[in-house]
Order: sequence, then structure tokens, then C-alpha cells
Amino acid sequence: MYDSPKAEAKLDQKEIKIAAEGVQVFYGDTHAIKDVNVQIEDKTVTAFIGPSGCGKSTFLRCLNRMNDTIDSCRVEGNIRLDGEDIYDKRVDPVQLRAKVGMVFQKPNPFPKSIYDNIAYGPRIHGLAKNKADLDDIVERALKRGAIWNEVKDRLHAPGTGLSGGQQQRLCIARAVATEPEVLLMDEPCSALDPIATGQVEELIDELRENYSVVIVTHSMQQAARVSQKTAFFHLGNLVEYGETGQIFTKPQDPRTESYITGRIG
Amino acid sequence: MTDATSAGAAPRPARSSSILEQDARTRKRNAAESRFKMYGIAAIGIGIFFLCVLLFAIVRNGIPAFTQTFITAEIALPGDRLDKTGNRDPEEMAKVSTFGYKPVIVDGLVRALEDAGIEIPFEDKADVEKMISAAAPAQVRDTVLANPELVGQTVEFRFLASSRVDGYEKGRVTRGDLARDKNLDAEHLDVVDAMKDAGMLERTFNWDFIFGADASESRPEQAGIGVAMLGSFFMMLVVLALALPIGVAASIYLEEFAPKNRWTDLIEVNISNLAAVPSIVFGILGLAVFIQIAHLPQSAPLVGGLVLTLMTLPTVIISTRASLKAVPPSIRDAALGVGASKMQSTFHHVLPLAMPGILTGTIIGLAQALGETAPLLLIGMVGYIASNYPDGVVSGFMDPNSAMPAQIYEWAKRADPAYYERAWGGIIILLCFLMTMNIIAIILRRRFERRW
Ligand SMILES: Nc1ncnc2c1ncn2[C@@H]1O[C@H](COP(=O)(O)OP(=O)(O)O)[C@@H](O)[C@H]1O
Ligand SMILES: [Mg+2]
Repeated sequence: MYDSPKAEAKLDQKEIKIAAEGVQVFYGDTHAIKDVNVQIEDKTVTAFIGPSGCGKSTFLRCLNRMNDTIDSCRVEGNIRLDGEDIYDKRVDPVQLRAKVGMVFQKPNPFPKSIYDNIAYGPRIHGLAKNKADLDDIVERALKRGAIWNEVKDRLHAPGTGLSGGQQQRLCIARAVATEPEVLLMDEPCSALDPIATGQVEELIDELRENYSVVIVTHSMQQAARVSQKTAFFHLGNLVEYGETGQIFTKPQDPRTESYITGRIG
Repeated sequence: MTDATSAGAAPRPARSSSILEQDARTRKRNAAESRFKMYGIAAIGIGIFFLCVLLFAIVRNGIPAFTQTFITAEIALPGDRLDKTGNRDPEEMAKVSTFGYKPVIVDGLVRALEDAGIEIPFEDKADVEKMISAAAPAQVRDTVLANPELVGQTVEFRFLASSRVDGYEKGRVTRGDLARDKNLDAEHLDVVDAMKDAGMLERTFNWDFIFGADASESRPEQAGIGVAMLGSFFMMLVVLALALPIGVAASIYLEEFAPKNRWTDLIEVNISNLAAVPSIVFGILGLAVFIQIAHLPQSAPLVGGLVLTLMTLPTVIISTRASLKAVPPSIRDAALGVGASKMQSTFHHVLPLAMPGILTGTIIGLAQALGETAPLLLIGMVGYIASNYPDGVVSGFMDPNSAMPAQIYEWAKRADPAYYERAWGGIIILLCFLMTMNIIAIILRRRFERRW
């Protein structure tokens, strides 16, 4: 009783970046997301956890309309980015995706050079005025991706020739290069070894300074390590959402409790 | 502790069998496997055997078509017969037809034989004309009309030998055969042998077979495949210019943009069906649509190319879609994820990765079209048509022509065995083209794939 006003006060300090209300997602007849309401804060790492198949990826992909590419997928409800409905008819999903970048589960660099991987986004969005500008952007992105030191001597070597962890950091750098405001990551570490995972987690923590980061993870330890807020999904429902520390120590819902203690999952 | 270990070990069954010897089941399995390998090797062996037989037959039968027997003789060109007015006016001289030249050649040849000391064993000395090609008078006439000053002189000519003499040189015609042949008698062969000894007759490589035009039924020694080759070339230009862009555009739309619904399913099924439609159906379609309705010229490479485009499109579409499908979806996600549009993602990332497959498919489709005969027969691209070179690019597309496979079919159809030999020779040339195209496909594939 004493704690909660304090928590709310903390909540109010940060701006709401994305607000979802009554989101329903269907794949044909499959009801994958059921009436989800969530408010994602700016400059915060928000983790989505939950058993496999509960709809974490589906919901994440709603946030930058990647679901548009799936024919059978239908999204209902209301998702606002800075107060603007991203499913409004006037919204061009391509423009939205430049603002809401995405990093995928499997590292997927383009089969081009490291330089071109990073430069591609800025090029198509016209972010660089000239070659020097572009070089600058590439260097900055690679530094923010915490991979600059490893690749600065071979910028023109193929991106596919890097190790898995390096590739994933390259993909993060690529996402960062287009100056997004939100970064969505779908299990970014699931294909990585523990050392690479540690590097990526460190990177995520740094990214928090500039971006709102949403990360889907199947590892509760990871959620606990990197996130400030955690959302627990179960069978398409958002069961519980709150401060990460609170979710892991004092879950309100019995389903959350059974999941984090390992009884469902 | 020791008790526990021995207690644990006791109930475990004794070693059931040694892995050093195979049990019955393993032996049976291994036998089945080696039997299967044997079947495979036998199947490949049979395939290679037939391929070898085929290649051997083609080369053996076709190689002679690339050489031709020539007779060299000095021919006197008498002014009183070739230019009666005597003022060397080409227009006047043109009034003398090839019939007028025939006796001149006969006389010249008889003289040449006598000079060489070769006895002419037959009564009618005019029969020497049977040894040279029916094309000879036209050859002399053309030379004379081009150079009127030659009249009155004695000029050396190199004539094609008649197809029977050529056949004798190549071993195709024997003395026994000639008993029933009114085109040549056994006595002629004595003269041929003597001419060969005297150096008047020789068999050399014949470029005219590769670059020349088709000839009439009675002059197989003169026929070449060159003009038909040009016909094929112009058709391939049409096919490439139409099938590649249309096919690739259709595939990209279907694969990357079109919603997956009943309509696209229907289209997909129909494209696959189209690939299985017999080519002669496309021929009759082309006849009806392009010639009877659109009134395009008959027998023209343009029409042939259009018909072959219809045939090649499904191949191009199917192979292009397959190579687009083979591009991992994660590349598309990656592009969309950094804010590329669908079209940017397709053209910047997906298409370059699919390119080797698309090019290979297109070249294979072109190669198929190059070897296609049946539809061309229906639109009239066959017959003694390819007798002139086209005058230019437009005429190359619009003037009647044949195509290599249609020309080969035509030759094989003609009665004279000399044409049969040329049909085999034509097949060698066609195969060379097909092999070249396949090699290009392989090289392109390697080059594009080696980028990463
Ligand atoms: N492309 C799709 N087509 C149909 N059903 C899908 C598709 N993607 C996911 N689903 C279904 O939606 C549900 C949620 O999936 P997903 O969001 O991938 O779960 P998670 O990422 O939490 O493991 C699952 O039941 C899954 O079968
Ligand atoms: Mg998932």
C-alpha cells in the first residue's frame, strides 16, 4: 500500500512512447493476441517474456507493422506512437519502420560488405549528403553497435563472414544507423553463445540512453538483467506488466508466478 | 561402496554381441545398400552408353557434311557464245541464260580432261556434266556478268562436284549403287579417280555449309545452314527481348507482391499447365493470332520469335519464381526492418540474389526455344525459303526465313542421301550452339555466385 504510489510516481517521470489499447491479432481464425493494453516508455528497456507461442513476437511485430507482410494476419485495436495511430490509413508503414527499427532472432546481414550493410538504410532514407557524411554515419553506427573496433579494418569485407555475435551486433548497428526512435528486438540473443550474449546485453543497456528498446526474450535471467519493465504474456493475453524487479520478486498473478518459478513454460 | 558397484553390475546382461562381427540384420542391410548402389551405377552406365552412341552417330554421320569435293578446271569463255554482240555490254550478256553456259562448261571440262591425259570412257562426252554440280553454270554466268572482260579468255574455275561424286569421295556412294542410278555411271568414277590423281579434284573443308544458304532439292552439294542460322538468331533476339522482361516482371509480381488468394493460385496452376502444353499447340495459336488475325508476315522470324516467346515464358516464370523463393525471407525482413519499401527490398536485395537462377533459367528456356521445330512448321518457317541472306535488320525480322532445327527437318525430309548427311551436319552445329549456351549459363551462374 505504501509502495505503489511511489512506483506510479516513477512511472510518470518517463514519457510514454508507444501506447497500445485493446490490441487483437488474428492469423486467419487463430486468435493470437487477445485484448492487450500496454504503455511502453521512452528511454527504457521493456522485456516481453512468456512461454513459446504466447504471442510475444506477434505483438512485437505489430509495433512496426511487420505483420503487414503476412497475408493472413489481421490487427485490431489501437497502437499509438507519440500519440499518433500507427494503423491510421494515412500512415506509410515504410516511414514508420524507419522510426521503429527492428532486430531479428537470427542475425540477417545483407550479403554485402559491412560498410554497405550499415550504409543501406541511411542511403535509402537520404540521411547522408555526401560520401564523407555517410562514412561518418557508418562509423557512428558501428561504434554504437559496439563492433567498430572489431571491423574498422575490414569495412569492405562481407558482413556474412563475421561470427554470429558480431553479425547480430552488426544488425543492431544497421538498425541504429537509420536513427530510429524505438528499437524492437525479437530474441536477439537466442542464436548466440554466452559471451556474445553478454556483449549484446551490454550494448542494449547502452542503447537505453537514446532509444526506447523493446526486447522479446525467452530467458528470464536476460529480462531481469537488461530490462526496467517487463510484460508477461500467456496464451495471447498480457497477464502482467510492471517494473522488472517487481515482476520477478512479487508477481501479482499466479500465472506469472508459476512461469518465473518454472512451473509453466 | 565396492558392494554397491558389484551389486549394480551384476544384473546387467553379459556382452550381447561383438561389434567386430556383423550380425545377420546388418549384413542384410549392407547387401541391400550395395545392391542399390549397383543399380544406380548400372543406370548411369546405360545413360552414358546411349549418350556415347548418340554422339558417335552424330559425329560420324555429320562430319562429312563439313567437307565438300571440288573440281578445278580451266574453262575457255568463247565470245561468240557468251556475248554475241561483242561489245561486252552486261545487259546484252545477261540475255544468255545458264542454259547457254552449260555447253561452254562441258567443252572446257572435256578439254581439261584431254589436256590432263584422262581418257573419257563414255560415248556422249557431254555426260561429263554429271560430275559437276548443277550450280556450275550459274557460278560461271555470275562471274562473267561481274567481270565482262573475262570473255574470250580462259579462266580457272573451282566447281562443286555433283553430290554423287562427292558421295563417292566420302564413301557414301559405291560403284554397285550406281547401277540403279541415272545420275551417274560407273565409268564416271574412273574419270573421278583419274582426276583425283591429276590433282583436278580435291575434297576440302566447306565453309559454305556453315555460312551458306539452302539450295533446291537437286543441288544438295550447294546447301548451307547459314541463313537459317540467322533466322534462329533473329528469333532468339525476339524471345530474349520479350520473355526475359515479361517473365521476370510477372514472377516478381506473383512472388513478392501479389496477395495469396484463389486468383493467384489459379494463375499459378495455369502457368504450370502452360509449361506442359505441346509446342505444336503454340504453333497453331501463333498461326491463328499472329498471322491470320494480326496479319504479320508469314514465315518471318518475328512471328517465330513471338510463338517461341509464348513457349518460353512459362519456363522463365517458373525458374525465376523458384530462384526468388530460394532467397531467404530473412533478407526481406532485414530490408523492411531498416525501412526499405517492398520494391526497394526486392530490387536491391532479393533480385540480385536470385539473378544467377533467373539467368540460368532464361538461357535454358532460350536453348529450348532454339531447338524447337514443331511450332515453326505451322507458321511456315520451313522449306526452300532460306535461300537468300536478309538485307538488313528489319528484313532479318520480317522476311521469310527458316530456323536451324526446321532446316534440319527439311533436309532430313528430302529424298537425296546427300541431304541426309547435311541434316546430321546441321545437328552438329545446333548442338554446338546449345552447348555454348549451356556453358554461358554455367559461367554466369558461377560469376554471380562467387560474389560471396
Ligand atoms: N505467420 C503465422 N501464421 C499463422 N499463425 C501464426 C503465424 N505466426 C505466429 N502464429 C501463431 O500465433 C501464435 C503466437 O506466435 P508467436 O507470436 O510467434 O509466439 P512467440 O513469439 O511468443 O513464441 C502462435 O500460436 C503461432 O502459431
Ligand atoms: Mg517468437
